[in-house]
Amino acid sequence: MSTADTTVAADRRNYGPSALGDDLRRFVNLTITLATTEFKLRYFGSVLGYFWSLARPLLFFGVLYTFFTIVLNLGTGVPHYPVYLLSSIVLWTFFTETTGGCVQCLLAREGLLRKMRFPRLVIPLSVALTALFNLGTNFLAVLAFALASGVTPRWSWLELLPLMVLLAALAVGVGMLLSALYVRFRDIQPIWEVVVQALFYGSPIFYVAAQYADKGGERIMHAAITFNPIATLLTQSGHAFVDSSYPTAAAAAGGTVRLLIPLSIIAGTFALGLWFFNREAPRIAEHL
Amino acid sequence: MTSITTQPHAPSPAQRPSAPPAVAVHHVDKAFRLPHQQYHTLKERALHPFRKDTHDVLQAVDDITFEVAEGEFFGIVGRNGSGKSTLLKCLAGIYGIDAGDLRVNGRLSPFIELGVGFNMDLTARDNVMINAIMLGLTRQQARERFDDIIAFAELENFLDLKLKNYSSGMTVRLAFSVAIQVDAEVLLIDEVLAVGDASFQQKCFAEFHRLKDEGRTILFVTHDMSAVERFCDRAMLIEKGKMVELGDPTKVAHRYNELNFGRSVTHLAKQAEERFGDRAAEVLAAWFENDQGEPIVELGHGHPCRVCLEARFNEAVDNPVFGFTLRNEVGTAIFAATTEMLHGPTGSFAAGDRVVVRLEFLNWLVAGTYSVTPSIARAGLGADALDLRADLAQLIVHGWFYTGGVTNLPHSFEVTRA
Repeated sequence: MSTADTTVAADRRNYGPSALGDDLRRFVNLTITLATTEFKLRYFGSVLGYFWSLARPLLFFGVLYTFFTIVLNLGTGVPHYPVYLLSSIVLWTFFTETTGGCVQCLLAREGLLRKMRFPRLVIPLSVALTALFNLGTNFLAVLAFALASGVTPRWSWLELLPLMVLLAALAVGVGMLLSALYVRFRDIQPIWEVVVQALFYGSPIFYVAAQYADKGGERIMHAAITFNPIATLLTQSGHAFVDSSYPTAAAAAGGTVRLLIPLSIIAGTFALGLWFFNREAPRIAEHL
Repeated sequence: MTSITTQPHAPSPAQRPSAPPAVAVHHVDKAFRLPHQQYHTLKERALHPFRKDTHDVLQAVDDITFEVAEGEFFGIVGRNGSGKSTLLKCLAGIYGIDAGDLRVNGRLSPFIELGVGFNMDLTARDNVMINAIMLGLTRQQARERFDDIIAFAELENFLDLKLKNYSSGMTVRLAFSVAIQVDAEVLLIDEVLAVGDASFQQKCFAEFHRLKDEGRTILFVTHDMSAVERFCDRAMLIEKGKMVELGDPTKVAHRYNELNFGRSVTHLAKQAEERFGDRAAEVLAAWFENDQGEPIVELGHGHPCRVCLEARFNEAVDNPVFGFTLRNEVGTAIFAATTEMLHGPTGSFAAGDRVVVRLEFLNWLVAGTYSVTPSIARAGLGADALDLRADLAQLIVHGWFYTGGVTNLPHSFEVTRA
């Protein structure tokens, strides 16, 4: 009797909807299926699908490049400034696509959530995965542009992979938090848009880390790199990918040990997002 | 509660001690909070931080206990808002439960809504793969079963057509075929068969029977009592979140009809009553009775039935002819009888006299809704109506198999080799 009771109780706890579900293989299958479907729809929906998805970061690049180099002369003295600009725009696009897409993703998939039992986390993760596919295709364009601009390939380019993993962890952490919050509070969307704007100007995307120091001194640069993980990641990617004369993240932050702060912000955001999403998951279908 | 949940009528599978039940539900509760004032934005939250969060609690599922044995066809019936859909969503793992234990043995395929996640901009081929994976197959399994799915849906020629160009019937066929090929041990079916044409419905039911013969367990949620009686081994009736009946489908269907239509005769509000006659006599009321003389609104197939009318005479009439006509839902007259044929002269009535006329017959009608048209006519050719009131009372007949005929006469077969 007692053994029977415990199995029943265990089943009940696992039976309702949850964030992760009980079948890892199905979880992975579903995430990949949803993401590839979305990706396919975007690329095969129109003849110029791929070019359209490239067009956005490229146009954005064109505008920023024209404005900041020709009008404001921001790029003078920065080696391969256009390459840095394009690569950081592409990385930034990945971040905004994931987080922005996550905000409303649960509502967009309401039909699935209300009618089927599946791990709830699949939905924000599939949004992130679609964005990751886009990052992959966009980065091909960045590579071509870099080589055409005379950037020489180096082994340190491989450093981009762990950097992208960290960026993805941050984006997914924020995405989980936003998607679960949006179910309760519908004004998360405009709030997040403002935050994204602030982050865009606060991060070294159209300028480089050294320009913090030019305007406000060393300490400002250290603080900006230490407390904004996006700035940390972009700075390191500039050093690894564009030109070794760019400062490393460690140098810009003012010491290798200080890099623990952005790393723990990333880990903390991810953990917080996962915890919150997991807490909300059983009732998402009811609250929508 | 416990006295209801014991299962005196459970057929043999439930009593097999060796096999664990396919679905076991023990004292399950599920409530929804209905806030009086809902905050949908952070701004409202921030502006009214101390406002009390008042809410009502809707107990959608209230202490429900039942078990479904492996291989059973189990019906869940209830009126709109009775909590049966919530229960189904708890069973399907879409809603978490507040209290109790819920256990499903094996893979479960919910037919709650077909084609969930279908994307109109993708081809049928892509949608089948996605839907199959959504329902729990691996990529490999989905590929292996692809041909069977398409063959069952009979859509071989439309594989590469985008779904937005499909008719709704084709979409449903495709969705049903995917769901049926998922190989679930337990199927949850929520009235999805209301869609699709008659021949496809027939095919679906045939498929359910095949699955049942293979030992799959089927939970079937419906409003259609004739389907419950036709297909289910056992059924359960839910009302206001509580289980009120569990067991024999005929008994459950009976209780359901009682709940829906009440025990007493009610006259249905009519927009414009069809009424003929010079009113030398007036039909005051018509109703159905059982052989105990109790008014009824529903009756099982094969039971004695009485149809009655009460009339008042406004003038003196000699030997009036009383008659009844029974019509089915589509208005076909199924049965008609008058006193002239069987009873003969009815006697003389003076102004102010009242009369009650009863016609008794054995109910060989098939399941459905019937209405009666009582009439009074002058003796003679019968065309001279005193009063006729079309479709004055209704009777719901349940039970027996649906044969496609309008009646099911008592019969027996004899096959002799000549």
